[in-house]
Amino acid sequence: MTVFSTAAVIIYLVFSPLIACLFSGVDRVVTARMQGRRGPKLMQPWYDLVKLFSKESTSVNDIQKILVMAHCFFAIFSGAIFFSGEDVLLVLFALTMAEVFLILAAYSVNAAYSELGAQRELLQMMAYEPMTLLTAVGFYLSTGSFKVEDIIGTDLPLIIKMPGFFIGFFFIMIVKLRKSPFDLSTSHHAHQELIKGLTGDLSGPVYGFSELAELYEEVLMLGIAALFFITSDPISYLWALIAIAVIMFCMSLIDNIFPRVKWEVLLKTAWLVTIFAGGANLVILSLLRK
Amino acid sequence: MRISKSPWLLHYDGSSCNGCDIEVLAATTPRFDVERFGIINTGNPKHADIFLCTGGVNSQNQDVIRQIYDQMPDPKVVLACGICACDGGIFKDCYNILGGTDTVIPVDVYVPGCAVRPEALIDGVVKALKLLDEKADKMKRGEYRSMTSAEYAEALKIKGQLAEAADTEEKDA
Ligand code: SF4
Repeated sequence: MTVFSTAAVIIYLVFSPLIACLFSGVDRVVTARMQGRRGPKLMQPWYDLVKLFSKESTSVNDIQKILVMAHCFFAIFSGAIFFSGEDVLLVLFALTMAEVFLILAAYSVNAAYSELGAQRELLQMMAYEPMTLLTAVGFYLSTGSFKVEDIIGTDLPLIIKMPGFFIGFFFIMIVKLRKSPFDLSTSHHAHQELIKGLTGDLSGPVYGFSELAELYEEVLMLGIAALFFITSDPISYLWALIAIAVIMFCMSLIDNIFPRVKWEVLLKTAWLVTIFAGGANLVILSLLRK
Repeated sequence: MRISKSPWLLHYDGSSCNGCDIEVLAATTPRFDVERFGIINTGNPKHADIFLCTGGVNSQNQDVIRQIYDQMPDPKVVLACGICACDGGIFKDCYNILGGTDTVIPVDVYVPGCAVRPEALIDGVVKALKLLDEKADKMKRGEYRSMTSAEYAEALKIKGQLAEAADTEEKDA
């Protein structure tokens, strides 16, 4: 690990919750403005998080607490691997592991909505996992390495070689960051169908930990999106920041334009996008390599 | 940081005529926009800080209300919205109505009105927020735990017995 990557990991570990809260705060205000409302304060997600940790600690059973902690740990861990410049594949598998712990936590409480949420989360994973893996393959094909530090060492931004992958990745990011469809396994919308589903039976600090994990995950996903724009040139970091802002805005916009998309639509379209956008790009990249 | 900066709300429709419920929803629309206070309508008792109850309590939903209340983690406050939730209102004499929300769980703030106006509702919530902060402070010092619905029923029973005893004493005298 170089000094640079150590610093990146430390910044990630310390500031991620704040940064992600700021992002979601902006997102909530923008959403409110799109709907003609004033919206909450900018740091509202931060207040929510702190409040959750000050509530009474109740949990349905002991194993639930442990599983949620494991979920939080692996979510943070996968991000740390990413920002230390290691293997993208490892990052994605660690992230999947984190997801699995949350699903187990939901199953462990034996409640109807949690169970339904857990099942839906599994379906969602089936929809978006192929694209995440394909993105990693795409990085390999265009840079010859799975390592983050090699991927950001290219001369040309990867988006030029991998536009299809980017479209696919953007598509699954909307799902992964729990924006749309509205009947996801768990989402921040009040009008959702499953009464928070997956996280429905977590309360107080335990729920706080699952929220914290989500904040770290958000930073990680945005980090992976930034890989498409970062090159060996330091100015490219600025471009990546602008790109992230645009991505966040587009996600809000899509969520507000299609507020009633259902999960069946997600299942059908996710694989189509994966095959057509990701797959076509993959074929072209592998032809170019020969 | 104060808990009142992020009050999450749970709305339950008892035996309301739906008039009050429409007004509750109106409070979340662009005109009133309660989200500016950080209020979210959660729909999940385990995430909620404020329990907003509309309509009277009837013999079928009393256990539901008790269960919702007991599932909410401390600190929590209960808001009775509309005159039906305060004391049974226009449905008070119906054979199936037990009375207001406070017949089954302790109520902190009563918001009158038929139907309750969104302005009154927001006023009530702001009052509730102060209470919520007070409860949170006391809880931190280890001086406070809210009553469970069973304890409340017990307290009501004792209160009823005392009133009865006082009544008979008066008659005897
Ligand atoms: S107070 Fe009036 S509007 Fe509200 S539930 Fe009762 S009858 Fe309906």
